[in-house]
Amino acid sequence: MNPKDLASYATNTWCPGCGNFSILSAIRSVLAQLDQEGYPVEDVVLVSGIGCHAKIVDYLNVNSFYSIHGRTLPVATGIKLANPDLKVICFSGDGDSLAEGLDHLIFAAKRNIDVTLILHDNRVYGLTTGQFTPTSPPGFKGKSTPLGTEELPMNPPELMLASGATYIARGYTHGIDLLQKLFKEAILHQGFSFVDVLQVCVTFFNLYESYNQRTYEVKDNDTSSFDEALKIARSWNYDDHEARIPLGKFYQVDAPTFDRTFPGFEIRDVDRDSRIKEVLEGLI
Amino acid sequence: MSQKMSPPIQKDPQKRAASMRVVEGSYAVAHAVMCSMPDVISAYPITPQTHIVEHLSQMVADGATDAEFLTVDSEFSALSVLVGSSAMGGRSYSSTTSQGLALMYEVLYNVSGMRLPVVMTVANRAMGAPLNIWNDHQDSIGARDVGWIQLYVENVQEAMDATPQAYKIAEDLDIRTPVMVCMDGFILTHVYEPVELLDKERVRSFLPPYRPEHILDPANPYTFGAFADPSTYTEFRYQQCEAMVKSMAKIEKAASEFQEIFGRYYGGLIDTYRTDDAEVIIIAMGSVVGTIKDAIDQMRAAGKRVGLVKIRSYRPFPVKALKDALKNAQVIAVLEKDVSVGYEAGLTTDLKAAFYNSNLRMPIVGFSAGLGGRDITIHDIERLVQKAEAARAGIESEFEFLTLRKEIL
Repeated sequence: MNPKDLASYATNTWCPGCGNFSILSAIRSVLAQLDQEGYPVEDVVLVSGIGCHAKIVDYLNVNSFYSIHGRTLPVATGIKLANPDLKVICFSGDGDSLAEGLDHLIFAAKRNIDVTLILHDNRVYGLTTGQFTPTSPPGFKGKSTPLGTEELPMNPPELMLASGATYIARGYTHGIDLLQKLFKEAILHQGFSFVDVLQVCVTFFNLYESYNQRTYEVKDNDTSSFDEALKIARSWNYDDHEARIPLGKFYQVDAPTFDRTFPGFEIRDVDRDSRIKEVLEGLI
Repeated sequence: MSQKMSPPIQKDPQKRAASMRVVEGSYAVAHAVMCSMPDVISAYPITPQTHIVEHLSQMVADGATDAEFLTVDSEFSALSVLVGSSAMGGRSYSSTTSQGLALMYEVLYNVSGMRLPVVMTVANRAMGAPLNIWNDHQDSIGARDVGWIQLYVENVQEAMDATPQAYKIAEDLDIRTPVMVCMDGFILTHVYEPVELLDKERVRSFLPPYRPEHILDPANPYTFGAFADPSTYTEFRYQQCEAMVKSMAKIEKAASEFQEIFGRYYGGLIDTYRTDDAEVIIIAMGSVVGTIKDAIDQMRAAGKRVGLVKIRSYRPFPVKALKDALKNAQVIAVLEKDVSVGYEAGLTTDLKAAFYNSNLRMPIVGFSAGLGGRDITIHDIERLVQKAEAARAGIESEFEFLTLRKEIL
């Protein structure tokens, strides 16, 4: 399959220069590769939320679900539990998953459900044209905070580590090779995989210059070490204007996944009658 | 019950023009909120409400109001913040639309049940799915039963003027009921119209400072939102219903008092347009009222006796005012921007219910139009009147979609 085959007929309405184009291009390449490697695109479901990011499902000729604001992960959880053989990939924004849908993000990580969440983290509400989000830096002067916000930003990889995610990485929309590598790893990972993508919003919060100067790829880190991953995640707090910004895979461990341990998943292989009898006898 | 026609804002057209400014609908509302001197504003951005809170945040930053302005993580949080601030005795404001209003649903009942006089602008927008950001009234009519007063406005000037009126009604100690001011998303929020901007000092003379009787106070502790078991729960609801009934006179009074100070009047519970000798009367709410007035003028010029009743207050539903205004009609046509999937639509069924146990026996036919932002044109209104006239000979359809594109079904 050629990545071009995955394009849809929908007219793209993102701003010229939007970081979302890189994410679209990377995921198209990855899905085409996976199709050739035994993961047919028919077995992939994309889920998006509300925000500029969400239009990505319109631009991909793949099974998809456009959910309501913040609710990408509950929909994805339902899809995965109904058919655990599917690859479920969520696209969500920092407003979508860190504000309105934050509880779902934490619970998806806590359950370690085998779905992938790609966070279009542009650190601004783009679709409503420029208000601060949970990852905007303090002092951010958006249209709803003309004096600058006083809140401290969230650190999504740190939050995901603490919540139990088993694959955590960060990409940047200038750096498509790394994005492709991380997306592929995340999708193939068994468990909840989280990729924080520094996706630049050229119109309302253009951070290209800052990111170009400060990002670097972490290498040779022990990705099985929680402590090392935490150290990397904390080396930039989304506020510090000097610190270098690590990209790459921070963390990956194996752990039981919710979709495989969900009560009832193996029910078809169980002799229900003898199991019920066993339970009843245990009560006597 | 006053059913006066809207008087001219100022008699001298030159003076009037000089005092007017062309502003965006969202700015006009933000300006009215600022003049109403709120203590706490809390909101989450959602199209097409966003500009209202952006303008307010700028006004707070500029020192035009000393309100606390909170940008929160969801609409659920936005209104929950106001439960706290209103219980503390602060005048509280929010604004939302559509999906945001739906996310607030649980809190809407909390606010009204605790009798907190919050005022909220609803920039009316269609509900998803399918996803749609344009105007209709499904969002607020879907929240018909949550215990909030609902006022619908016709134009930008009325959206502005209804805001201090809403606080006056909500905070009245006989009422203590939150108010939604419903304005059509985009059609009114994003349009630029010439308006007379409210003057803060004159608003002060219209709207007294908020002096609640019961607030959270460590020196005199109260509990808000406490448990009510079956022995008392009914009485809480009964008192809310009583307050709604009482609010009808207060809505009229607020409109009249506003007129005395500012010279502008849009009707109290309802307003009428060319109904005196009308055989066909159209009932509608919101900005489409302006289009209907133009359509009526054209049809009148062609000899058709058509009139309009505009509903300003959908909750409380002004049964007596409507019966008075409609009693001489030969047929009534309801035009509404919502649908109750399964049975007609809110305004149509409410009106038919209001007339059932009365001696009024003219046909009432309902039409849903303008869903998801589809334009309602003068031609559509002429078609509606033709259909209504046909109903005088016998109702063929009690309710229908007026502008259905059958070719794409």
